Amino acid sequence: MRGFEQHLNEFHQRGIEVVAVSVDSPGESQKLCQSQGYTFPLLSDAKAETIRQYGVLHANGAGAGKDIARPAEFLVDAAGTIRWENLTDDIRVRARPQSALMAVDRL
Amino acid sequence: MKRKRNILIWAGFVTVLAAFASYIPLFASFPATRDFPWANYLLFLIGGALLAAGVRRAFHDSAQYRGKISGSILSALSALLLAFFVLGVTYFSKQIPPARGALRVGQKAPAFMLPDSAGKQVSSSDLLQNHRGLVLIFYRGYW
Repeated sequence: MRGFEQHLNEFHQRGIEVVAVSVDSPGESQKLCQSQGYTFPLLSDAKAETIRQYGVLHANGAGAGKDIARPAEFLVDAAGTIRWENLTDDIRVRARPQSALMAVDRL
Repeated sequence: MKRKRNILIWAGFVTVLAAFASYIPLFASFPATRDFPWANYLLFLIGGALLAAGVRRAFHDSAQYRGKISGSILSALSALLLAFFVLGVTYFSKQIPPARGALRVGQKAPAFMLPDSAGKQVSSSDLLQNHRGLVLIFYRGYW
């Protein structure tokens, strides 16, 4: 997410909005924004409904039966179609913003 | 004759500690050193070589150098740290479910309406009306 923040201008220049989704409450998201300096919206999907619809649920990922999102990135075009995605199998290895920008340039 | 302190052993161990501890606060911040942690492996290698040289002279030149006991203990600790590190980056960080059920390229993205950090509702259809597209980042969060 830090990489997307650093390249946020390049997304905005191309007319693309960046938003992040997790099960965190708005209050927790606010703390994360302040500590990490994220300026794009962090959305709170407390019941993991959107996370489930996108098929990126990590059931019991937080332990104690609490579901969270697995890391994943999607590019959705203005018609609402998924045009690019990155489904990592490693928490450490996330999408590089450059590959999302390349997908944006193919829209 | 007083034997000399075996500085190589300590230098090696400190380097191994740095190799272990530097990944999360430092090298994980840069994709080039994050995806494959070569910088950390390099530090482990340097630390291991220093330790090995120190332990070698502690045993082969024990009239001059100390460090048989400390060298053995610190070598064992270093091996443990390396094992934890390798396990962390090859096993623990992959403990997420496979993405078999994830939506695929070409499929319709489900609409959503979710609150942002200020509690304001944000709808995907509003976002898509005003933009050419939307990058959605799903992340684990801090619960």
